[in-house]
Amino acid sequence: MTALAENVAGAGGVEPPEPRRPGRRRSGAWRLAVLALLGLYFLVPIAASVWFTARDRGQGGFTAEHYAEIPGAPGFAEAFTRSLALGGLTVAIALLLMVPTIVLVTLRLPRLRTTVELLTLMPLVLPPIALVVGVRSVLAWAPDHFLGTPLAEAFFALQEPALPWILVFVYVVLALPFVYRALDAGVRGADLPTLTEAARSLGASWPRVLVSVVLPVLRTSVLNAAFLTLALVLGEFTIANILGFETFPTWIVRISGSQPQLSVAVSVLSLAMTWMLLLLISALDRRRGPKESA
Amino acid sequence: MLAVEAFRATDPVTFEETWSTDSITAVTDGAYRRAYLGSLQLSLITAVLGAVLGLALAVAILRSRRGRLLRRLVLTASGVLANFGGIPLAFAFLATIGNAGVVTALLQDTFGIGLGGFSLYSMTGLALVYLYFLIPLMVLIIIPALEALRPQWREAADNLGASGWQYWRYVGGPVLAPPVLGATMLLFASAFAAYATAKALVGSSVPLVTLQIADALSSNVVVGAESLGKALALGMVVVVGLVMIFYAWVQRRTQRWLA
Repeated sequence: MTALAENVAGAGGVEPPEPRRPGRRRSGAWRLAVLALLGLYFLVPIAASVWFTARDRGQGGFTAEHYAEIPGAPGFAEAFTRSLALGGLTVAIALLLMVPTIVLVTLRLPRLRTTVELLTLMPLVLPPIALVVGVRSVLAWAPDHFLGTPLAEAFFALQEPALPWILVFVYVVLALPFVYRALDAGVRGADLPTLTEAARSLGASWPRVLVSVVLPVLRTSVLNAAFLTLALVLGEFTIANILGFETFPTWIVRISGSQPQLSVAVSVLSLAMTWMLLLLISALDRRRGPKESA
Repeated sequence: MLAVEAFRATDPVTFEETWSTDSITAVTDGAYRRAYLGSLQLSLITAVLGAVLGLALAVAILRSRRGRLLRRLVLTASGVLANFGGIPLAFAFLATIGNAGVVTALLQDTFGIGLGGFSLYSMTGLALVYLYFLIPLMVLIIIPALEALRPQWREAADNLGASGWQYWRYVGGPVLAPPVLGATMLLFASAFAAYATAKALVGSSVPLVTLQIADALSSNVVVGAESLGKALALGMVVVVGLVMIFYAWVQRRTQRWLA
């Protein structure tokens, strides 16, 4: 009975029996097999995409022209800057909302912890496509009933195609789980109550404590939360598409019909950039890697 | 503020009062029923496969001796793919095994064979693409649970003369079962809610609830399409809600051993 056969059947959890030698267990061949197989599965599409975009149809050589033409592509600059602006606003609002909340809950209202946690996890339960149905009917509701009033005007302003604020609000909700988890990890790892007590007993005022103790402690978590939120907004397709706004992802889909190579080039580039940034942040964060989403 | 924000968006879906039962009944028959079944089937298969493969990958990177860099690479890559992949993934796969894909062309030119009846623009193709973000999601969710397995348990089992198989059968397996089950449910919910990838790949040719909702919402022809979309969305919320209730229950079991 080979270890490999037995282990594949056991979904990679079983190890060869070595009852008399605890502590020194063989690193099985199945591990290499798993890594190789999945590595192949994850690398082939990426490699193929690069190949697909770098192939020169005319001469059969290689070219970087598709990557070079991204910045000048019609509509790219507009869609990308719009997505960046939406992302920036979302990050700002989400952090303004959550950092004080988390600090408050940790220091003053520990009993509310579960409630806040549940609230922030709500958006994970709700499929974006269902959320967008709700948003749409709300948007339709005000002009129906209050046409010509300031309220209806406000609703129209929210849907300004140049910078749709409605997307910002929806994205804040979508980003809450990410933001909460990232910040929560930072708070848990830092023992905030002790630190603030120490600062207070040394005579620091509350604002001083917030600025000189709490924020520095949460620096990497805040960075992490901000980045995850930004990435979420830059990649969010469902809601922008159904509400009919042109953002970065909807632009990629729109040009894919006429310029397949360009759309793949942009896709590969955006994945690679996101990954690089995340690696950078995780390198800054000595204590732990990026937090998961669910 | 936060609560208002969340509910402002969800209220109309869940507490819509102007429903006749027409939309509800319409949703449970014919094409829509097929869409629900298609979504359920796809989500179930990909969730289970993703969970098994993701668990294997997680164990493999945790156990590697010199794995710090590898682990960091896999974890960050997982973070990107699991949460922000949607559209780029679809295009990466189109470029690989789509009609004009690199691998498709390679097989044609070198071996003169096609993909053997496999098409990216089908359920099977979608499943393949979904796994690309579900496996990373599984890795992210399950790693903390694996890290929480105490080495002392293994040592105790070894010292009492248990074989590796016995350890996994009576200790590791039972402890890990709830988190694995819970993670599988999250994967299911994630696959069930996915829209961007499917939309970019197949348009509407594969029966999926999310695609149907989008169609209903963008349709200006069918009268009452809006409420049909709402009914479909409500159905989705019900399904995901059930899964989440079950998940919460499983989580409580998990907390007992892996705090």
